[in-house]
Amino acid sequence: MIETKNLSYSYHSEDEENEAVKEEVLKELNLKIKKGSFTAILGSNGSGKSTLAKHFNAILLPSGGFVYVKGMNTHEQKYLFDIRSNVGMVFQNPDNQMVTAIVEDEIAFAPENLGVKPQEIRNRVDECLKIVGMQEYAGSFTANLSGGQKLRIAIASVLAMEPECIVLDEPTSMLDPKGRAEVLDTIKMLNRAKGITVVLITHYMEEAVMADRTIVIDNGKIVIDGVPAEVFKNVELLKKLKLDVPQVTELAYELKKLGFEISDGIIDVDECFRELVKLLGDVK
Amino acid sequence: MIRIENLSYVYQPGMPGEYRALSDINLVIPNGSLTAVIGHTGSGKSTLMQQLNGLLQPTSGKIFIDDEDITSKSADIAKIRRKVGLVFQYPEHQLFEETVYQDIAFGPKNMGLSDEEIERRVIYAASLTGIDKKYFEKSPFELSGGQKRRAAIAGILAMEPSVLVMDEPTAGLDPGGRDDILNIIKNLHKKQKEMIIIFVSHSMEEVAETAENIVVMHDGRIDMSGTAADIFRKRGRLLQIGLDIPQITKLADKLRNGGYNLPEEIYTVKAAVEAITKLSRSLPLQAEDII
Repeated sequence: MIETKNLSYSYHSEDEENEAVKEEVLKELNLKIKKGSFTAILGSNGSGKSTLAKHFNAILLPSGGFVYVKGMNTHEQKYLFDIRSNVGMVFQNPDNQMVTAIVEDEIAFAPENLGVKPQEIRNRVDECLKIVGMQEYAGSFTANLSGGQKLRIAIASVLAMEPECIVLDEPTSMLDPKGRAEVLDTIKMLNRAKGITVVLITHYMEEAVMADRTIVIDNGKIVIDGVPAEVFKNVELLKKLKLDVPQVTELAYELKKLGFEISDGIIDVDECFRELVKLLGDVK
Repeated sequence: MIRIENLSYVYQPGMPGEYRALSDINLVIPNGSLTAVIGHTGSGKSTLMQQLNGLLQPTSGKIFIDDEDITSKSADIAKIRRKVGLVFQYPEHQLFEETVYQDIAFGPKNMGLSDEEIERRVIYAASLTGIDKKYFEKSPFELSGGQKRRAAIAGILAMEPSVLVMDEPTAGLDPGGRDDILNIIKNLHKKQKEMIIIFVSHSMEEVAETAENIVVMHDGRIDMSGTAADIFRKRGRLLQIGLDIPQITKLADKLRNGGYNLPEEIYTVKAAVEAITKLSRSLPLQAEDII
């Protein structure tokens, strides 16, 4: 679906003496994202994860190397339209991407611009609202929605373009736990039930655990890449990168350090429970 | 000491948008305490915080700070706001000065203090929030997200308030930035012996690691308040009102329900490690597991 080849990217800014300085944000990064997969990209602030995401639908173009979306080189202007209709992007703050006052207008906006027929737009709006669980809000003002609801509308309006892939850049960082759960359930559903390729940029470990694949980025490079359970074996490294690990992962790690025989890469409560029962033996 | 008596607050009373945000709030917060306020969006947390420095005036009820009624008509609002520093959500949006130094100095400058005193306060507030001097002459907009937030908090601390109220100080930060803020809170609590610190949070893990006292808000009321241990003991109620409990507590509960003899008060990873180590020693079968 998406492939990067030696992708490098630099921002240009000026220092105090007005000298041009080049800041390399991505460094020869190679990555393939499969169709239908759910990938989480983790990293602390400044790691380059959002910059990477912006390459996936040609918002940014590589300073070095290439990005291919379904084989289309993002450098080539003629593919821009196709790339953007294949890869939808949802940003952190939905307020920044809402353009209309009413929920259903918001979702109709993109297909309208794509020249979709009115009846088909109607169908898509209804279908997309259903997918994100917001049917009752079709006629509501977008301004009156909660953060989690706004985000789901932002997702629905991207869905209305029927993209094959959705890239979400820290969609939950401004939400409360309830809004977060709503959005995450929606994302999971898009991937599992609708087969949409999902790339989730996040700094929350709990979210990375949901994915099939977790990629950790630091200083513009991939430092870990694997299934979540493998990735979370690297407790020490994750902590050094100022990332969190789930509490049960940390518990298993600490116990192991003390000499207990417990497997690493534990990521959920049930798994940790089973391991501890093995360790502690049955209670009589 | 803060004492809140029978406080209620209604947004737009008598208007079509009338909305009761707080009902019958009674709360005492002693000097030198560190309190976390948790609850869902819409539970009234922020509305309550904004009453504490007179930004909102209660529809009914009173608030006393050091026995002074801050809700009375004769109250000196300017004095209250010097005493009660309020850090809003996303306080970095309020940074506006040309340099970090000027931004932190803005409050004390408006208080009419001498230049030496302002400088002393800026340096002190910056040290409390881990803002290095090398950033003083930079634009606040050149700082990272976490640094901006710390600079904004420093601006409030420079006014040397005796009460510090922070509305979701860790929202939207990455784990590193969040830990920085929590460490600042813990340090402030240690260093400023008399300061009342109140912060709003959504994360049970964060609250369990940081706060001594917890106030749980639900539907505009205080649902529970007490020490962290008091609150987490009533975790059935927390789950009932849709709040979460720390993951480690869920695990400990599961083990206890499975018949393992673990204490009820496990809210942090550290406590769990200790309890499990102790338990494994008491089980003779597993002695060989410990190297």
